[in-house]
Amino acid sequence: MEFLVSSAVGVMAASGIYLILRARTFSVVLGLTMLSYAVNVFLFSMGRLAVNRPAVIAEQALGYSDPLPQALVLTAIVIGFGMTAVVVVMALRAYLESDTDHVDIQVIPQKRGEQ
Amino acid sequence: MNHWVLLPVLLPALIAPLIVIATRFDIVLTRVFSVLSLVLLVIISAILVGQAFDGSITSYELGNWAAPFGIVLVLDRLSAILVLLTSVVGLFVLLYALNGWDRRGQHFHALYQFQLMGINGAFLTGDLFNLFVFFEVLLIASYGLMVHGGGALRVKAGVQYVVANIVGAGLFLFAVGLIYGVTGTLNMADIAMAVKEIPASDQALLQTGGLLLLIVFAMKAALVPVQFWLPGTYTNAPAPVAALFAVMTKVGAYAIIRVFTLIFGGEAGESSWLAAPWLLPSAMVTLAIGAIGVLAARSLGQMVSFAVVASMGTLLIAVGVFSPSAMAAALYYMLHSTLAAAALFLIADLVTERRARHADILSVAPRFMQAGLVSALFFIAAIAMVGMPPLSGFVGKLLILDGLRAEPGAMWIWALILVSSLLLIVGFSRAGSILFWKSAAQEGRVLARLRPRAVPFVATGGLLASIVLLTVFAGPVMVFLEATALQIFNPGDYQSAVLLGESGGTH
Repeated sequence: MEFLVSSAVGVMAASGIYLILRARTFSVVLGLTMLSYAVNVFLFSMGRLAVNRPAVIAEQALGYSDPLPQALVLTAIVIGFGMTAVVVVMALRAYLESDTDHVDIQVIPQKRGEQ
Repeated sequence: MNHWVLLPVLLPALIAPLIVIATRFDIVLTRVFSVLSLVLLVIISAILVGQAFDGSITSYELGNWAAPFGIVLVLDRLSAILVLLTSVVGLFVLLYALNGWDRRGQHFHALYQFQLMGINGAFLTGDLFNLFVFFEVLLIASYGLMVHGGGALRVKAGVQYVVANIVGAGLFLFAVGLIYGVTGTLNMADIAMAVKEIPASDQALLQTGGLLLLIVFAMKAALVPVQFWLPGTYTNAPAPVAALFAVMTKVGAYAIIRVFTLIFGGEAGESSWLAAPWLLPSAMVTLAIGAIGVLAARSLGQMVSFAVVASMGTLLIAVGVFSPSAMAAALYYMLHSTLAAAALFLIADLVTERRARHADILSVAPRFMQAGLVSALFFIAAIAMVGMPPLSGFVGKLLILDGLRAEPGAMWIWALILVSSLLLIVGFSRAGSILFWKSAAQEGRVLARLRPRAVPFVATGGLLASIVLLTVFAGPVMVFLEATALQIFNPGDYQSAVLLGESGGTH
């Protein structure tokens, strides 16, 4: 299980970073999403990996898993979701206003925005 | 319990939805509420400075959950003075925005309040994960403010800004996860207690977490090599927003000071002074790049942006040696550079709207309206920014040079600070002579469709007056800031205030 989780975090983070470094906004957005998934799984595993242990008090429990990282992950998911929505809207607007979906500012054709 | 500590976060958090829901269609009422909120914030933060003045540290347990299990807000001298700085800059910048900027897009005032809520929260919180949440609050408000008014160039710069900061948020979470995994707590005072007893086998994880945090905060503070987002963002942001963003870089500087003295300070065992080997060299390169950027800038806004980078370099050089006397100087310079940068961004906008199609590009154009008044304001603000006598920039740089005297390699740092000051002087005097002097000698006038009003001048003048006050009262301010630095370097007070509830500090 440890190998599976850690390699999942690694692969998602690596592909996320690769996609973020691309020149078009769509792949950058995908990359940000991948990176935030990697972060979520990583945060979750920081409470130590355990199977069949409740996070809140149960009668027959022999031990408990750490509930705090689960709360942190929830917060991180919500914030990450909101941020992704923001970046999608802004990327769309940038595309519509400049007729190009390049992340780079230099590639904007002659149509210069008003100050 | 003393509830004042909560107000700098609570007040904007209540005013913002009120503006969105109740006064959305009434610009006058919106402005009244927005300005009222800022005036109250200035009063509240002045009271908070008074409360922290004698060195007492107030720990406010949200929902009355005992630390370290609940989230705490902590008020000490450092956070109090920075909340006051934020409120003062926020008030004047908001006054400036009343001159039409707030009507160029939707929800300017609500976003502005949320931004202040995030900044104040970041200064006050005593919990590492809560710091992340407040960072996100201030960032998501800043995304909205950054693209306020629209325009292709601005939205493009906005996308870059958002992407850079989302990556930063991801790194922050990795860092928090690592630190939590090793210490088992998120309360900063409690982490500081825990890092003393971390076994050698976990040191690598802890230090990785700490250095990841340094990268995240360095990104906010525009430190090389993660400063790349700042010039593009600040140049393309609406002027009042860029002026408010001058405070945002200081959130990064504050977080570096807080985390790397409290958690990774002198008592952290093997992880002591974790940031020291990285911060100083990086800050020195930042200063050099900022100064060179000022020379290379093609517009006034761009030049001020690079001047902000340079000032962050100067500030973090003084922070990076981690000594009380240099820290006091750094705090003085932090107050000064925020006010000066905010004033210069507003002045750049005064120039832009008067030069019509010439905007603030550094080129000779015919004389514009009120050139005399604007150039006088620019003259004062530029003197403050580059650090020439008699204003606070000079005092601040002198204090920093003095504070660095005992450091190894002080000679090189002195040389760098002095040479970069010279570059700043050259850059700003070149800009001033092109924009005002040579342009004033031209035939004809630029016709700008503009009704001159008093409000923008009151706002800019208010910031400049604050700089003058900071210079005149440099003595008393420094006494306070030296006490602040002493408190920063005695993290035991902070820990006992949060964990044991002893408010009376000994320092």
